[in-house]
Amino acid sequence: MNENYNVSSSPHIRDRITSSKIMLLVVIALLPATFFGIWNFRREGAWLLVVVTVASAVLAEYIWEKLMHKPVTINDFSAVVTGLLLALNLPPTLPLWMGALGSVFAIIVVKQLFGGLGQNFMNPALAARCFLLICFSGRMTYFVYDGVTGATPLAKLKAGEAVNTMDMMFGNISGTIGETSVIAIMVGAMFLLLMGVIELEIPAAYLVSFVAFIVIFGGHGFDAQYITAHLCGGGLMLGAWFMATDYVTSPITPTGKIIYGVCIGLLTGLFRLFGGSSEGVSYAIIISNLLVPLIEKITLPKPFGKGGEKA
Amino acid sequence: MRLLTFAGGIHPDDGKRFSKDREIQPVIPQGEMAYPLSQHIGAPAKPAVKKGDHVLKGQVIAEAGGFVSAPVHASVSGTVKGIEQRFSPAGTKTDCIIIENDGLYTEMEYGSVKPLAEMTREEILQKIGDAGIVGMGGAGFPTRVKLSPKEPDKIEYVIANCAECEPYITADYRCMLEYTDKIVSGMKVLLALFPNARGIFAVEDNKKDCIEKLEEAIHAADMDDQMDVEALMTKYPQGAERQLIYTVTKRAINSSMLPADAGCIVDNVETLIAVHQAVIEGKPLLERIVTVSGDAVNNPGNFKVLLGTSHRELAEAAGGFSAQPEKLISGGPMMGFAMVSLDAPVTKTSSSLLAFQKDAVSRLRESACINCGRCVEVCPSRLIPSRLADHAKRHDEASFTAMNGLECVECGSCSYVCPAKRQLKQAIGSMRKTALANRKK
Repeated sequence: MNENYNVSSSPHIRDRITSSKIMLLVVIALLPATFFGIWNFRREGAWLLVVVTVASAVLAEYIWEKLMHKPVTINDFSAVVTGLLLALNLPPTLPLWMGALGSVFAIIVVKQLFGGLGQNFMNPALAARCFLLICFSGRMTYFVYDGVTGATPLAKLKAGEAVNTMDMMFGNISGTIGETSVIAIMVGAMFLLLMGVIELEIPAAYLVSFVAFIVIFGGHGFDAQYITAHLCGGGLMLGAWFMATDYVTSPITPTGKIIYGVCIGLLTGLFRLFGGSSEGVSYAIIISNLLVPLIEKITLPKPFGKGGEKA
Repeated sequence: MRLLTFAGGIHPDDGKRFSKDREIQPVIPQGEMAYPLSQHIGAPAKPAVKKGDHVLKGQVIAEAGGFVSAPVHASVSGTVKGIEQRFSPAGTKTDCIIIENDGLYTEMEYGSVKPLAEMTREEILQKIGDAGIVGMGGAGFPTRVKLSPKEPDKIEYVIANCAECEPYITADYRCMLEYTDKIVSGMKVLLALFPNARGIFAVEDNKKDCIEKLEEAIHAADMDDQMDVEALMTKYPQGAERQLIYTVTKRAINSSMLPADAGCIVDNVETLIAVHQAVIEGKPLLERIVTVSGDAVNNPGNFKVLLGTSHRELAEAAGGFSAQPEKLISGGPMMGFAMVSLDAPVTKTSSSLLAFQKDAVSRLRESACINCGRCVEVCPSRLIPSRLADHAKRHDEASFTAMNGLECVECGSCSYVCPAKRQLKQAIGSMRKTALANRKK
């Protein structure tokens, strides 16, 4: 028998989970919202925008890595996640080239220029959305539903008009492709929770602090209808469950996650109630992304035997 | 009842099914025996024999090399062939006394032993020291030193580490079933050293039969008022000393403290058996129980092995290999050493020989950290392994120490869970060694 044995440092066994499996699970979790969005905006041809945006993200990553002579990492599905999240955050009528441009910006400027997977300090999809909002504010805020141009429920809410919260739950309303159906988003979120991909801390801290903010400053007190409308509108659920929980751009410390969630909640409330736009989730998340290094610094856990054993 | 445990940890496949029901079988060695001078933490032992000497089984062949050290005994009778460099199970070359086994196993006379009740504290410690006993769970710290805290009266718990949380290993499990009385007797000896202590057998709850057996043996020895059995949650690394102390007593110690600071003494199952043999039977440490398992082994099982026997003979005792093993491990898959050679001898700290057809880690490729925080969740020392590994890779000792890198117990849970397959424990472990060495300067 051959007497050459493999030698390596312990441990000699590994868990089966891999980064690509995690990314794939996120893609699967986004499918309910994606398919609902494609169906909801079938008259606007949303499916093509989704396909183009995802494909451009993957292609941008591939070409960049080839040009830079780096190992190609498109197999890890992280570019698919970025492209898909961006697509779900775009209005269905957006010209295809704008979606593609957003993907290229997300992958190359936000992700690759800072060192690739794991190194970006902002959520690439959200940063790209904000980039597009600044560049093409008209197209990015042009919402059509069933052939009719109209304000999103959140804009109506801000204007003091009545909204139908049942429609907001199911999602047959206008908005970006993936944000309208709270039910579809929650199905995916529950799947991620059950699979252990995400944990409750960040979304829970976000939602609780946001509700507290609008109860105090919203001028409606504890009005269930008003609170529900705020929670269901403007991509808050998509943001809370799929973007605020992005590993790379959220704190790694357990206490940090709570503080980070609260930051997003307060900023979302601030932007929605006192800002010029009825929107606020995207900006709240990317600004909180910038606070992550600071949050981690002040929430370093105490080690075992130095007070950290009870955590 | 809620099971006792600590925060963090992992649940790997325990692999114990392959060997747990195999009774302990003796291995009769044929070839030459090798006795490393350093089978413990501390100064290596000093050879007390020279080439050509005839030795008896049980004879001292190397004296303790200092206070923190332990003597080494011949486990067979035969002729000393010399002192040579051989591979240790951990993969380093180390000085070994080589003895040609004459196959007669002529044992020396050990002299009479006093009953435990008549022995003084010093006499008991002397017996344990002379028997060459070291922590047999894997650390190899000389037991005599461990049992000599500054204030013995302040020890409140003597904890028998019966967790055996490493996957595959079933040596302690078999000992608890087959040598229950010796374990309880060993505990009785330790309690004689610490008048204010209770003896706690801390057993993971996947070994319910051991819990029952131990409870019966305690009752039979009429020690109910001094000893307890505690069921712990089955989780790796439940048997890590600091985590075990916390689990049992809710007292937490850090890297700069000793178990005695929490009023605890922790000893492994086999160490207790060795203590019983030394103090009650007057015999030195000559053998230990070793599990042989893994998918490349024909007949996995548990073996009573004379120290110094080569792993090759041990593997043959388990029916040899069914297929070409790609990896051999001395110890458990989480903290054990990848073996370079089957010729390495079984030492006082060898708990198992694992042989796997496929090396589960060699085909994995590291990818970028995605900051998922799984390593933080599982770290029993409540550290941030991914960041510590980054500091280690940059040789940034100051940041590493500032983020409490020295508190790492090197359990490997972080590497185990990492979805990016990063070698976290390896990076942290080597930085830790550098930092500790620099600190001593």
